[in-house]
Amino acid sequence: MDLSVRIGPLTLKNPLIAASGCFGYGVEYADTIDLSSLGGVAVKGLFLTEREGHPAPRIVETPAGMLNAIGLQGIGVRRFVSEKLPELRARRATVIVNVCGTTLDEYAEVSRILSDAEGVAAIELNISCPNIKEGGMQFGCSLRGTSDVVGAVRKVTSLPLIPKLTPNVTDVASFARAAEEAGADAVSLVNTFLAMVIDVETRRPRISNVLGGLSGPAIRPIAVRMVYECRQAVTIPIIGMGGIADARDAVEFMIAGASAVQVGTANFVDPFIWSSLLDGIQDYMRRHHLERIADIVGTLETGHAVVERSGA
Amino acid sequence: MPAVYTAAVPVDVSAEVIANTPLSSDYNVLALRAPAIAAAVAPGQFVMVKASTSHDPLLRRPFSVFEVLRDRTGAPTGISLLNKRIGASTGLLYAAQPGQRIACLGPLGRPFTLVDPPAQGWMVAGGVGLAPFAALAQALQRHGVAVTLFYGARRAAELFYLDFFRELGVTLVLATEDGSLGEAGRIVAPLDRHLTALDRQSPVTLYACGPEGMLAATANVAIRHRRPCQVSVERIMGCGMGGCYSCVVPMRGNDGVFRHVRSCLAGPVLPGDQILWE
Repeated sequence: MDLSVRIGPLTLKNPLIAASGCFGYGVEYADTIDLSSLGGVAVKGLFLTEREGHPAPRIVETPAGMLNAIGLQGIGVRRFVSEKLPELRARRATVIVNVCGTTLDEYAEVSRILSDAEGVAAIELNISCPNIKEGGMQFGCSLRGTSDVVGAVRKVTSLPLIPKLTPNVTDVASFARAAEEAGADAVSLVNTFLAMVIDVETRRPRISNVLGGLSGPAIRPIAVRMVYECRQAVTIPIIGMGGIADARDAVEFMIAGASAVQVGTANFVDPFIWSSLLDGIQDYMRRHHLERIADIVGTLETGHAVVERSGA
Repeated sequence: MPAVYTAAVPVDVSAEVIANTPLSSDYNVLALRAPAIAAAVAPGQFVMVKASTSHDPLLRRPFSVFEVLRDRTGAPTGISLLNKRIGASTGLLYAAQPGQRIACLGPLGRPFTLVDPPAQGWMVAGGVGLAPFAALAQALQRHGVAVTLFYGARRAAELFYLDFFRELGVTLVLATEDGSLGEAGRIVAPLDRHLTALDRQSPVTLYACGPEGMLAATANVAIRHRRPCQVSVERIMGCGMGGCYSCVVPMRGNDGVFRHVRSCLAGPVLPGDQILWE
């Protein structure tokens, strides 16, 4: 059975990637799980310089999900390269670095520094963080901004480029198309849904930033729909994410069109989730007589519509 | 090859509930069978707990390890948790039945540093902040350190395990907000007086756990009396592993600049005089 997947020029040993913002810099988990056993590790978003992020409280739990507004606290790209990357290299992790910027120049400069470093497999462009004032979703909510960021970074690096798309737009497929036309090697989606939780007794927001991004099983059906829509619109690979909590969820994203998946919130609940995800995917492949992961990707059957309505 | 364990701890165990002892209509002590965690845990460390396998509630909750449970030979068999029912997750833990399984990940975080005799250990607890002090009191006593517990709660009925600490030989100083047991008011007032009365040459280290206001007040009292103070902070935690950056505390670095540190990795036990209190 072949679990490897191709993401443009990048080959991953399996389709499971730890999602950015949910796995620290990867080194936090290096003594707990074998990082080299993952398809990839998408490390926390990095700007050119250090950022303190928002004050606590930064998360609040919601029905089958959670809201976060961390504010992209981070050590900056140079400290990442000198302090974290050597250990990730030593652990033979496939490192995908999530790149942030408040300007096009910053995206390009962070990417250039990563291109010169040893041990970076790909760049995920964060044009979708809902929790910062400048940069992030500001770029990802406009087709022009999406195209500009991808184009600016494309000029300075030959690393695989994976813009991470926001779901907080009307037509996510058009953003996938804009990214593809600007030279992206793949797209990843979805980032979190902009959302809000209020403590009705105190009438105060439950997180310090007032608004935050919703993740977890609650968002999965919307995320699957968006991956499906993007699959119709682009030919580059899609990395799907949004509420994956078990192997069936991962397979669902692949059937909708994802070549690989990222897992974030579920890693908080179970840091040892990866082996059961991989076992479950292999079990699915055995039961369906599939040899390669690619045999699952984009195999949605729509020939005869399913008329059975669950829960009706 | 799927992901494998590469370290002995933390471990994630499906821990059987051995006993659930209600202490009041809100508080209970949950005894869990978890020998691997019990063998590895140090006082002040925590576990991430989830009582259900459903997605709602979704996340685990952090709990200080209350007691290390042992069999007749003294071998560690499990841990207990001091739980206060305040929401859905703690409600499930309050209602847990013996035989039920509870996901328990740990031990996690940095423990208390044990002071050496002849220094004394003064523990300062507010409400459910008693949680790390049963294990710490035992460890300090074993280490030959004289222990005092300053323990405050809203009312007498919410001061728990007093006999446990008395039998250990711990000196108790109590306060209740309604004056129903011990001194009326907050526990920091008698703490301040005891520190004032103490000989300046007599070494003492403070250990504090409780509400944020009590921790800040205790840290400030410690600074004023020039005593070291280790505080166990409680923040809303997503993962307990350093992955999510939810549980941050503003801490003064060596350069004097305050930065957000993750209380799950740098803490939960932190030096009280380095924290920027809200």
